[in-house]
Amino acid sequence: MNSAQIEIQLIASLVAIACAIPGTFLVLRKMAMISDAISHSILPGIVIGFFITHDLNSPVLILLAALTGIITVILVEYIQKTGLVKEDTAIGLVFPALFSIGVIMIAKNANDVHLDVDAVLLGELAFAPFDRCIVSGVDLGPKSLWIIGAILLITITLLIAFFKELKVSTFDKGLAASLGFSPAIMHYGLMSVSSVTTVGAFDAVGAILVVALMIAPAATAYLITTDLKKMLWLSIGFGVLSAISGYWFAHWLDASIAGSITTMLGFIFLLVYLFAPSKGIIAVLYREKQQRTEVSLLTFLLHLKNHTEERERHVNHLQEHINWQKVRAKTVLELALKNNMILVEDNIVSLTEKGDEFTSLAIDYIISNKDTKIEDMKDDFFLFRG
Amino acid sequence: MLGSFAVLRKQSLLGDAISHAALPGIAIAFLITGAKDSNTLLLGALVSGLIGTFWIRGIITKTHLKSDTALGLILSLFFGFGMFLLTFIQKQPNANQAGLDKYLFGQAATLVESDVWMMAIVTGICLLVLLLFWKEFKILLFDADYTKTLGFNTKFIDILITSFIVLAIVLGLQTVGVVLMSAMLLAPAAAARQWTNSLAKMVFLAALFGAFAGVFGTAISASQNNLSTGPVIVLVASVFVVFSFIFSPRRGLLFKQIRFIKNRRDLQLHKTLAFMHQIAETHEDISHPHAIKILNNFQGFTRGTLQKLVEKNYVTLQGNMWSLTEDGFNTASNLYNQQANNE
Repeated sequence: MNSAQIEIQLIASLVAIACAIPGTFLVLRKMAMISDAISHSILPGIVIGFFITHDLNSPVLILLAALTGIITVILVEYIQKTGLVKEDTAIGLVFPALFSIGVIMIAKNANDVHLDVDAVLLGELAFAPFDRCIVSGVDLGPKSLWIIGAILLITITLLIAFFKELKVSTFDKGLAASLGFSPAIMHYGLMSVSSVTTVGAFDAVGAILVVALMIAPAATAYLITTDLKKMLWLSIGFGVLSAISGYWFAHWLDASIAGSITTMLGFIFLLVYLFAPSKGIIAVLYREKQQRTEVSLLTFLLHLKNHTEERERHVNHLQEHINWQKVRAKTVLELALKNNMILVEDNIVSLTEKGDEFTSLAIDYIISNKDTKIEDMKDDFFLFRG
Repeated sequence: MLGSFAVLRKQSLLGDAISHAALPGIAIAFLITGAKDSNTLLLGALVSGLIGTFWIRGIITKTHLKSDTALGLILSLFFGFGMFLLTFIQKQPNANQAGLDKYLFGQAATLVESDVWMMAIVTGICLLVLLLFWKEFKILLFDADYTKTLGFNTKFIDILITSFIVLAIVLGLQTVGVVLMSAMLLAPAAAARQWTNSLAKMVFLAALFGAFAGVFGTAISASQNNLSTGPVIVLVASVFVVFSFIFSPRRGLLFKQIRFIKNRRDLQLHKTLAFMHQIAETHEDISHPHAIKILNNFQGFTRGTLQKLVEKNYVTLQGNMWSLTEDGFNTASNLYNQQANNE
């Protein structure tokens, strides 16, 4: 591993951390798409900044671009406030318009300079180390490392200083307002940080990767935990993990680093999406199946309680009467037997004392509209779940 | 056209997500066939767009992640994966790969006749399906639960709409490119929404706006050097939207503001009238003249409002004095009754 490789990984990891922090709050505030909008609409800001300074890395350019990002947010909010269209439509209208302006400006005026749409949108991490920051002849490392490091430092300082305020205003806007911190200031503060991060990172990793790095780690972490602090740490972890593994993946296949980091992010998300302990797809599907069987069981028990005649309680009769398929009927019957709810004698099914008690309670809850209590009751009665 | 459904279904950004999600499909189709036949590539884009859409759907329904997160997630992940594949392809020894990235930004100028025919055919099919399932689409759009109780297969209709939106997007990709496709889908529909409340009219208007934006945009970009078609079309469409926002007769900002001012004036007029009524009530003769000065101790009175009241025959003016007419007194007392009723 040579120094350029270390530097690339360092930059990628720093970008990942810098993106994960605002990303977490964006996901929690249901504003994830705003980051996509910002990443596109900063283009005109960058172009104007470039005309003024003729330097892709100057702070003026970053400031201008961040300003465009904030203008985007304000525009989106203004359009939304008029009530003419929904928020998502507002986002979808604003950013392509701004982006078009940027593209046209590039096409008209900057044809022969080093600034094209590909570079802005996709970025190229591999070249980052060649752009050195040289102060009075001393090589201090890649420029983007310094830029992103400074942004990260600001973000972390702000996060620690305003953690409590951010937390309250994210989860309970009303409470935050009544406690005296203005939700508007929090909102625009967060938006400014997101814009600055997007701009600072775009030139190293490209706009699309910025969006991916903001949303994907936070979304993945959100599937695993519901604790804000844990979620922050986890998303930072996922971000760094995919940054480094993505780099090696790209190195191995000789493909774009930004692309392969995104691919790793997607891969990690897919894994968590499928296998997360309580919110993953497999867990959810299993729970749904379990609940279906248990509801069937309840229906079955209620049916038994309503019919005292032997003829109604014959196994075959039950099958036609409740209209279940064979497998289903068998699962439910077995579950009931396992839980000691019913007795089967000569193909006649009858409720046991326990089954009777359970059913009466269930009826009470259903009549008094407290269906949710049945779930707690199941814990008390069931030895085996569906 | 199909954008109308997207806007009304609150899935506006779906277009953006799909257009990004189509990229890996294009790349994979190229990797498999090794040829740059636009139909195969579009098929690949269609498939990966659909996968993206249904994955988004899956994330929203099965987990507690919100729709915006799901959209942003799929969008960026698929696009990143697509970029990854594209750069991977570029390193392959097959020299045929150049030009795949024209799908990123679109080039209307590179379209050949067969592409245009293809688009025309697909547009025709879209229209046909739209007409056939018009009732079903409409009812699903506005009341999904009701549709279910009526016995329609909502899932099927839903998938049908989504597939056609994806199809339209994938076709448009060639013309305006990934980033601007969402605007093509949204802008005409959002503009059309301001002019009408009827779905049929809205769809028709959206198609009209879209076509106009296309024609004007192409014309403008052709008249100037160095202007790519896609962004110009989008800007023209955006101008339509802004125009509609401001000038549409019922929902537009301009008329809203005018209505707002008018209402406020009416209210002030009522206030003056009510105040006069209060004074007049204390006298036996309701037309007993009073000095205009008394009105001064409450705000909102101007000579203009007084003049207006005179015009309406509620008040007569004599020098510095005003007096209520019979008509004005009745209106004012009714005003009070109405307020009492409302409370």
